[in-house]
Amino acid sequence: MNPSDAFAQMKFRDPKRARGLRDALERLVQGADHAPVSVMHVCGSHEQAIAKFGLRAAFPQELQVIMGPGCPVCVTDVPEVDEAVALAKQGVRIASYGDMLRVPGTSQSLADAKAEGANVDVVYSVTQAVDLAREHDEEIVFFASGFETTAVATAAILVDDPPDNFSVLSAHKYIPPVMEIVAEMPETKIEGFLAAGHAATITGSAVFEKFVERHGLPVVIAGFEPLDVMAGLVKLLEVINSGEPRVENAFPRCVTREGNVHAQKLLWRVFRPTGGRWRGIAHVPNGNLRLRDEFAKYDTRKRFTIDASALWSYAPPKLVQQCQCGDIMAGIASPSDCQLFGKECTPDKPVGACMVSAEGTCRIWHQYGGRPDLRSMKRGAA
Amino acid sequence: MCLGVPGKVIEVDREMQIATVDFWGVKKEVRLEVCDAPVAPGDYILNHVGFAIRRIPPEEAAETLALYDELLRLADEQDLMTADVRAELDAAPDATRSPKVAPDESQ
Amino acid sequence: MTRNARFIDERITLKYGTGGGSMRALIEQVFAKGLGDVGDDGIGLAAMDDGAAIRIGDQYLVIATDSHVVQPIEFPGGDIGRLAISGTVNDLAMMGATKPLALTCAVIIEDGFPRDDLKRIWESIRATCEEAGTTIVTGDTKVMGHGELDGLVLNTTGVGLTKRLVSDAGLRAGDKILVTGTMGDHGLAIMATRNELALETTLESDVAPVHTLVRRALDVGGEGVVALKDPTRGGLSSALHEMAEKSGVGIILDETAIPLREEVRAVGEILGIDPLVSANEGKAVFGLRPDCAEAVLDAVRSHPLGRNAAIVGECVSERPGFVVLDTGFGSRLLAEAEGELLPRIC
Repeated sequence: MNPSDAFAQMKFRDPKRARGLRDALERLVQGADHAPVSVMHVCGSHEQAIAKFGLRAAFPQELQVIMGPGCPVCVTDVPEVDEAVALAKQGVRIASYGDMLRVPGTSQSLADAKAEGANVDVVYSVTQAVDLAREHDEEIVFFASGFETTAVATAAILVDDPPDNFSVLSAHKYIPPVMEIVAEMPETKIEGFLAAGHAATITGSAVFEKFVERHGLPVVIAGFEPLDVMAGLVKLLEVINSGEPRVENAFPRCVTREGNVHAQKLLWRVFRPTGGRWRGIAHVPNGNLRLRDEFAKYDTRKRFTIDASALWSYAPPKLVQQCQCGDIMAGIASPSDCQLFGKECTPDKPVGACMVSAEGTCRIWHQYGGRPDLRSMKRGAA
Repeated sequence: MCLGVPGKVIEVDREMQIATVDFWGVKKEVRLEVCDAPVAPGDYILNHVGFAIRRIPPEEAAETLALYDELLRLADEQDLMTADVRAELDAAPDATRSPKVAPDESQ
Repeated sequence: MTRNARFIDERITLKYGTGGGSMRALIEQVFAKGLGDVGDDGIGLAAMDDGAAIRIGDQYLVIATDSHVVQPIEFPGGDIGRLAISGTVNDLAMMGATKPLALTCAVIIEDGFPRDDLKRIWESIRATCEEAGTTIVTGDTKVMGHGELDGLVLNTTGVGLTKRLVSDAGLRAGDKILVTGTMGDHGLAIMATRNELALETTLESDVAPVHTLVRRALDVGGEGVVALKDPTRGGLSSALHEMAEKSGVGIILDETAIPLREEVRAVGEILGIDPLVSANEGKAVFGLRPDCAEAVLDAVRSHPLGRNAAIVGECVSERPGFVVLDTGFGSRLLAEAEGELLPRIC
């Protein structure tokens, strides 16, 4: 087989292999000495892949695959959103990834500000935001959301001599620190982690080795095709059952131990990790990425005086207090545990960030039916 | 983390560090400055928000498939069911997702 | 009443025009409320079918109306004119009226719109009318100020006669679902033309009048064709959700059987848009009694516009109103499009 044909022939979506892997999962779960076996993934795209291919309906009943705080839009905290909203209302033109538009701040989202006349552009890449700055004289602020993989793109732009009217409002986040937090939570029953393949493409698998040593919890890095996800889970269960926690790379075509060194250098040249709040997860040491002093010239927070106080005069809606996004993102609650889920909080009228983002647990559960028992619905039964 | 789609490089502009990449018939420009290796037409890359973050070595694709198959074998070597599955896999033609679409018709 | 009882926001936003649940709620709760109906034997607004039907003697007069606001006005595979004619001809056909009697066309033109563009679009309208075996018999012309309207808006209304009405609510458990060709072509072709996405594709809209295709299926399947719908805004997903809800059945779809162009799937993956929620403008969805399904499939495949037709699903009694997608790896509920189709981004 010509290796490159593997892509063309969609081998990573081969249903037969998928069935084999599913059976392997079943056997491994039966072979564990307890039930349920709980594992966590920390990547919105893993949840999307699971949802899109309907994998949850195929997982064994005794396997719980919990989604952790892996949706960057969902964990962008209220003050960060307020900064962007305040700037927009101050008359500054904001460019943002589409998903961030509807995330609620204290009282408003960027979409709300846009509906009131603020100039907000949706972009699909940071390069588009730079193009906007080149095409127009006015200031363009790029509201930079996303985890480390996306931060690399922002970094690449910043070292490439962007125009003077361009600046970055960084809300980028870094995943490994939050895994520490989840691992240390007293209520946590997580026995192993599935790590995001694309982030690991940049950071390398080595970045998880200390974590595994400290917490005795295995980490398996997986890709996003359905076979990648299934294989990653099979590997994870194997390692859990073996009692010998370690880091395993189940995405060898993209992830190496040292990762993309060039991209790492770029990332850490431009950004420094700093502690900060994640929505619903309180303080995450080194979880936020901010621009280093060398790039102060392009730092929105240094270029503008952002006055978000006007936004705080609105009383926060009562519903927000009942919102369980925090617990859901930490994996200790499911969307169905939240009183607001599907009733006051829907994709139409989201209360919490988990319902806003296309990768948010609540949104995905609402759209795809969470983990409905679809096993009984078979064609030809009528 | 999202939209990490693999595509095949069609053309490379080395000076501008941009490649034209084909994603199942759709072409898009992708920037190369953060890629972990130089790319040439015919290579596969992983794209993320318009930047190539990895050149996927062709032999790695085969290695991944071998990994899957190994997981199927290791899960239970004595298990007869695994043997059946393996035989089925070896015998099966390559699976593609969508049924064949008639080439020349517009509908 | 729709499955998710929604309330209508204070301000009508873009999502109310996307063809999904919000739009249906708006029609139910605002437009249809309090209006007189057409009598027991007809199909009126409250049914929210592709058109309306009024009994006249031993036949039904079928009426359908559409406004067209597509942007860009000219796109790969067609233009707003072809879309307007095909759309209304197809709506009539989806009620069973496969020989359109006549069409109207009202135009609203923005001040400054180029005459030659208008002529070109009108030529497309003429050609599509001829293709559909019908003509425009009356219309209206308005011009609005520059900036008050985006270029051009067309409204078309069509009338036809039929002895047998086919609604979209006739399914029962065991019935088969057939689609006449590849899904998602039109919506994704439009999305792909948006300049800022910088995608180079050969995607084309599938816009075409399919009334002769429907005729063929009705001739072969007769009473066995129990439901008809065209999967326009909101795609196959919306069409099936409506049919399932109105008929009180669940639907299980075999995702691997759904015909999809590779490029449509590719663009969908890149943009994060499911082809199953993307519009089609030259396709139909049939609900068929099992005993006529294969015959209808053969008949549809023999038509130039139906070469890629396939039976893609089945109706069940469980979970009425829901559509389950068997992905080949597992299953999930098929989502309906909500809000504007924004490509999913990090």
